[in-house]
Amino acid sequence: MSEQWLLPDIEDADSAPFWEAAARGELVAQVCASCGRRRMPPRPMCPQCRSLEHRWETLSGRGTIWSFVTAHPPLLPAYEAVAPYNVIVVATREDPAVRFVGNLVESPEAPFYRTNLALLQIGAPVRVVFQEVCGVYLPRWMLETSERS
Amino acid sequence: MDIKDRTAIVGIGQTRFGKGLPESELSLACQAISAALDDAGIAPREVDGLVMFSMENGREVEIARNLGLGAITYFGEVGYGGGAGCATVGHAAMAVATGQCRVAVAWRARKRSAKTSRPWANVGSRVSGSAQWTRPFGLLRPVDEIAMLTRRYMYEYGATRDHLANVALACRKHANRNPNATFYDRPLTREQYMSARWISEPLCLYDNCLETDGALAVVVTSAERARDAKQPPVYIHAFAQSIPPQCQPMTNYFCDDPLRGPAWDCARLLWSKSDFRPEDVRVAQIYDAFTPLILLSLEGYGFCKRGEAGPFTEGGALEWPDGRLPINTSGGGLSEAYVHGFNLILEGVRQMRGTSTCPVADSPCCLVTSGEGVPTSALLLRRAV
Ligand SMILES: [Zn+2]
Repeated sequence: MSEQWLLPDIEDADSAPFWEAAARGELVAQVCASCGRRRMPPRPMCPQCRSLEHRWETLSGRGTIWSFVTAHPPLLPAYEAVAPYNVIVVATREDPAVRFVGNLVESPEAPFYRTNLALLQIGAPVRVVFQEVCGVYLPRWMLETSERS
Repeated sequence: MDIKDRTAIVGIGQTRFGKGLPESELSLACQAISAALDDAGIAPREVDGLVMFSMENGREVEIARNLGLGAITYFGEVGYGGGAGCATVGHAAMAVATGQCRVAVAWRARKRSAKTSRPWANVGSRVSGSAQWTRPFGLLRPVDEIAMLTRRYMYEYGATRDHLANVALACRKHANRNPNATFYDRPLTREQYMSARWISEPLCLYDNCLETDGALAVVVTSAERARDAKQPPVYIHAFAQSIPPQCQPMTNYFCDDPLRGPAWDCARLLWSKSDFRPEDVRVAQIYDAFTPLILLSLEGYGFCKRGEAGPFTEGGALEWPDGRLPINTSGGGLSEAYVHGFNLILEGVRQMRGTSTCPVADSPCCLVTSGEGVPTSALLLRRAV
């Protein structure tokens, strides 16, 4: 079933470095080399100063749940088979306007569609984990409080 | 130069609405345009302007060949799906007002009831562009994208499912008076709304528009020419479009203020071009692919302050005949038909002609809006006096 998941085009010129960093277990954001403004999603030009130069900054991988939904059918077959499941938007600690869409998981390996939906709460602190799907590493998120290290 | 009241809608036409209609989109478009020209009493050879959605399957040349139109001297198209409807009419008005053409037609034909025709069903297994940041995580459909904003909106402002139900129930009540509406004969109760299945929590089945096959069209000409048309003219009083700064259609989470949608900038221009204020408007047709879009638009277009749209819907405020602002008086996308919001434009015209099945007699104008959450557009239509 996993080959039916939708996956990012990791060779997309603007965002390839993001997916390469994800494969190393790092959450990164594009930063303008001229004015220092972060931007997400990645793109060629800085909307603040129009510079074409940028670098990639490693973020802490920490943030809070900004919003969430629970998706129910009708859905694409792979997703419908595991519904209902959660999707969240995370506001990063470094810059609450730099946000990522992801999923809440209960452990670094747990499938996103097995998460207890009662755990979802706006404002809850989360940290990033990366899960491999067909060779692509997707950022997903765990509640800080569910860490048991 | 201003286009205020210099052009008018003189003809409207539509096909029947349904699921799985046998005709092609091109055939439906031709039927709707033909009906609109008959309504206006204008011959096809007089049409010299065409404006359509960029997603339209029946292209200008085929429309012109099938309907027997004359030489076309203005044609254009507008993108972004549900945001385009009012803009096609606005572009037609600008083209007529500036002499690029004399009679322009704008239309939308759409067959969407087949599940395979839904755009989110047609993506490949590798997604690029902005979709790569949302689709892989299961945020697949427009309803998921808007549900995400809705949850945040409810959290920030205390809006409730009862407020969303107020929208759905108002539209259904109006459809129940409109014999052409899909839900003409199907009342909806608050209990049915509350117990409906989820589609994308916090949005349930009745927060979603219909999927409808059908086509609609309008004929636009100059105010002078409109004086001797068959129907009373409905003046295009003001028109506006907007792509706000840092806009990302439907998944507008990647900006400073995701709850301030495209409606806000569109409204600023619209009111600046208008003799009317929001408090003068007694009836509105507001784009309703999903119920929460009505709340965001009520705020964006200035009918209430930010965060106050939930309470604004209380006490039957959106319902004909006694509400403060009856909306979507033909049933709208939620209960009449969802043809990318174009049916809202025709209902705006019927309100100004006095032929709506929920007629609001005392409004000098009718606001019509296109999709919130995408690059959008709006019209203020004025009644002939
Ligand atoms: Zn910069």
